[in-house]
Amino acid sequence: MAVIETKDLTKVFGKIVAVDRISFTVEEGEIFGFLGPNGAGKTTTINMLTTLMNPTEGTAKIFGMDVVKDANKVRNVIGLVPQDLTVDEDLTGMENMELQASLYHVPKDIAKKRIDEVLSLVELKEAAKRKVETYSGGMRKRLEIAQGLIHHPKLLFLDEPTLGLDVQTRTVIWDYIKKLKEEHEMTIFMTTHYMEEADALCDRIAIIDYGKIKVSGKPKELKDNLGGDIIELALPYNSRDITEAIATIPYVLDVKRKSETYRIKVAKGEEALPDIIERILKMNLKVSKVSLTKPTLDQVYLEYTGRSLRETEGSREEVWRARRNIRRLRR
Amino acid sequence: MIGETYALTVREVKKWIREPILLFMMIIQPVVWLGLFGKAFNLTGLVSIPPEILQQFPPEVTTQIAVIFNEIIGRIFGGTMDYFTYMAAGMLSVIILFTSMFSGMSVIWDRRFGFLNKLLVAPIARGSIVIAKVSSSVIRGMFQAALVFSIAFALGLQIGDAFNIFDLVGIFAGLFLLSIGLSSLFLALTIRIKSWETHGAVVNLINLPLMFASNALFPIKQMPSWLQPIANINPISYASDLVRTFILHSSSVALDISKMTLDFEVLIGFAVSFSLIGIILAEKALRKS
Repeated sequence: MAVIETKDLTKVFGKIVAVDRISFTVEEGEIFGFLGPNGAGKTTTINMLTTLMNPTEGTAKIFGMDVVKDANKVRNVIGLVPQDLTVDEDLTGMENMELQASLYHVPKDIAKKRIDEVLSLVELKEAAKRKVETYSGGMRKRLEIAQGLIHHPKLLFLDEPTLGLDVQTRTVIWDYIKKLKEEHEMTIFMTTHYMEEADALCDRIAIIDYGKIKVSGKPKELKDNLGGDIIELALPYNSRDITEAIATIPYVLDVKRKSETYRIKVAKGEEALPDIIERILKMNLKVSKVSLTKPTLDQVYLEYTGRSLRETEGSREEVWRARRNIRRLRR
Repeated sequence: MIGETYALTVREVKKWIREPILLFMMIIQPVVWLGLFGKAFNLTGLVSIPPEILQQFPPEVTTQIAVIFNEIIGRIFGGTMDYFTYMAAGMLSVIILFTSMFSGMSVIWDRRFGFLNKLLVAPIARGSIVIAKVSSSVIRGMFQAALVFSIAFALGLQIGDAFNIFDLVGIFAGLFLLSIGLSSLFLALTIRIKSWETHGAVVNLINLPLMFASNALFPIKQMPSWLQPIANINPISYASDLVRTFILHSSSVALDISKMTLDFEVLIGFAVSFSLIGIILAEKALRKS
């Protein structure tokens, strides 16, 4: 039985379609990653899967239980580590854990052992007696993860588990996640917008953008499916369009143009590059920048979302506004 | 259900008692209030006659005037001679009103910090979230009322000569009911509100009228006729009335049992109906579309 199974799952906030008819399945024991830019609909999907929000349309089943009709049953078997830090600052780490244990009806004697166990997993045993307000961001996140594990959920949701953490802490958290999967045979559904995170942790990923799944599969397959290397080159400002000319060069599979920048997919990058540059020079044009990259998940992401990182940067305000809108509507 | 309600109540109470400034304010606030309202607005002083005028009359006339004045004041303030005692009794209800308004505030905090989502993902009855908020607010209210009562006593609250432990229990039973009703009311009102600013505006809109359109600080009989009906349906009036009756329990005057029964009935009705309304509305608000 699939751990998660969604069919045409949709969420609409007013006029904004945050999640648009997505269907996917997650199998037992895998780490499934939702990869996408901010505001792509990742958190909204998690909110629907964790019963926080009812879908506008479509269905989602967790271990065969409907997230709307059997909400309370679903809640018993899932754990959520939310994107925001929601541990109570005024309580100690231990008190936060005890509260969580009673929310999940873990009997007192078992709870004591479990708290011990999960706190040592996230290496917070020593700090457990201190108030959370004295914790660093990384420690809070670790406590948050420990809370999500207290009832030994069969399915754990991690919403942007390393957002805003420094590189070292991030690596530590990755190790916990890997340990969890191996030792507890847990199924994990996570969202992230860090390419390397998805690459390092996920067995399977789905790239989501504007509420739609653009592509899904194993990271390696997706990289292989790109079918070649990527040459990126830029011409001086106001140069004429040379897409057609490049497309006829041997080994070139595909050319995409964004003003003066070209993303060229080639079968054999090293061999095609000199030809391409030669051709451009013959057209009396100059090449101002050129780069050759072997496929990474980053490339996969660009390929399917059509957005470069620079572009995301430029429209940050737009993304922020969309996010704020969704948040407001969601409240 | 009981386990998680208890755990959540304990959380709220812990948060509250660990805040030293809050505890300090809680002690200072009633002193300021009792001092300002009780001692500064000495309403009984307004209707007394200056001694130099009184001295112009023969002693028998002076005694008669005193009797008449005592009678007038007694009628206005229901048997209490000094306004401080009158007001201190009302202040117990007012302090309940002011602690109850925070019941909704903490929901806004929990929502803002995402803690509420954590509760909503957990396999617990939504009602337990609401009940925990109300009960922690009641606990706070009771604690504060006890504090006000002791401070008022120290500042010269005049209790009746037959005042006993049952009167004390009666006072806190009445305040307990008032506190349940008011906390639920404020919770129901603010559970959908997302910002502190709106919460402040809404709460102030209700708080002050509730306080002044009651006999907590001023007798209903002396209010303009249009205000009297409002004050007469205000649960704070019934609670103040009840508290005052218990405080003034004297061996010479029989307790007005029928009036006290009415007070209790109104307060029980208020507590039960508003806690039900509060729970239903809150459950609805917590279940997102």
